[in-house]
Amino acid sequence: MIATWQRASRSRPSNLTAVKTRQPTSLDDALTALAEDPEATLLAGGTDLMVSVNYHALRPSSVIGIRRVPELQEWDGQFIGAGVTYSRMERGPIAALAQAARTVGSPQIRNAGTLGGNLGTASPAGDALPVLAALDAEIVLRSATGERVIPWDEFIVGPKQNTRRPDEIILGTRLPYQIPPGQGFAKIGTRSAMVIAVVSCCVFRDEDGRTTIALGSVGPTPVRPRRAEAMISAERAPSQSALAELQRLVSEEVSPITDHRSTAAYRRHASGVIARRLVERILGR
Amino acid sequence: MTRFTVNGTEHTADPVGPESLLTTLRDRLGLYGSKNACEQGECGSCSVILDGELVCSCLVMTADTDGSTIVTVEGLADGDTLHRVQQVMVDGSGVQCGFCTPGIVVAAAHLFDSRPDPSEEDIREALAGNICRCTGYGAIVRALEALSGDGQ
Repeated sequence: MIATWQRASRSRPSNLTAVKTRQPTSLDDALTALAEDPEATLLAGGTDLMVSVNYHALRPSSVIGIRRVPELQEWDGQFIGAGVTYSRMERGPIAALAQAARTVGSPQIRNAGTLGGNLGTASPAGDALPVLAALDAEIVLRSATGERVIPWDEFIVGPKQNTRRPDEIILGTRLPYQIPPGQGFAKIGTRSAMVIAVVSCCVFRDEDGRTTIALGSVGPTPVRPRRAEAMISAERAPSQSALAELQRLVSEEVSPITDHRSTAAYRRHASGVIARRLVERILGR
Repeated sequence: MTRFTVNGTEHTADPVGPESLLTTLRDRLGLYGSKNACEQGECGSCSVILDGELVCSCLVMTADTDGSTIVTVEGLADGDTLHRVQQVMVDGSGVQCGFCTPGIVVAAAHLFDSRPDPSEEDIREALAGNICRCTGYGAIVRALEALSGDGQ
């Protein structure tokens, strides 16, 4: 799903050796395999990894296929396993996550791509990531020697950079508090399917007005506009001028760049607009 | 060695490194129905059904399909009897150059085999990941609509 890469040469690879592959069917077996071979590439849905393989950017010699690990498929209340696909998120109980999943790729991509893959790739445009950021999600990592649970912003630390150690598997995400009923997700792109976000935004707002906002594709990692959140959280019934101020603050707090998909100026403008629209939608306006 | 079942027949394949299922189907098994176009999951012309799920075979690593069951476009017809999706595509002229047709047929067959009466919107949604370079979407959707609701 990396639309901009130039097509690589079609010549057959000169190295004809088979890739060493393991297909563990339990988390313990997966962790043992990874402990023995920390250089191995973890493969789940393949929607990012295989693009790199097909375009000769990556040639793993050792692969651990983890899509059969049942522990990664769990979705138990506040815990979502890394192997949960976008198709499952689309049918799941969290409306904003379902809306985000619905915007990912196509049915083919949503049937394969996983939450753990979105975290592992850590693209600024990862569609599930603003939802996790707005929920203050924690990332659960497991190795043969133990478990680490870290806040999302200590896991995603830059564009396509995360703090997973080579011996760790992303187990899933833990959502630390009761999910507010007021929620929404929106994404701007050139089509409603098969599109990488120009801007994406997720908003949660509870009965007391406490509002969290996270935006994707407008910074190196998901952006939480803290001043905008604080301002709108203090407004129990926001006036038109408060909503206008929210829009202004969000636009001020994002740090977008200009690239082949859009301009920094458009992204900055659109960030404020979609954050405001989502808050208005939650308020029923 | 990777062992899997394709269209009801067990196969043993010897994939080169991390090659895609699409490459294995075409270059090792001689199943040329799944088309190779974008190799990044954008176009849907390589769509197959892997363990019951519609996926892009270009994004599946063959080495990770040991024990899997795969259905390609070649596996939809029953002998000389076309799958009903194939038949309505013929009857309704839902084909122009034909390059995207196998992927569209697989995606549509998966849709109609999993839900009986999709709306026009459902059909368009289900085919959102299948690009027709002739842009012949209207004819494709109209051809498929013959299978749902009143058309049945």
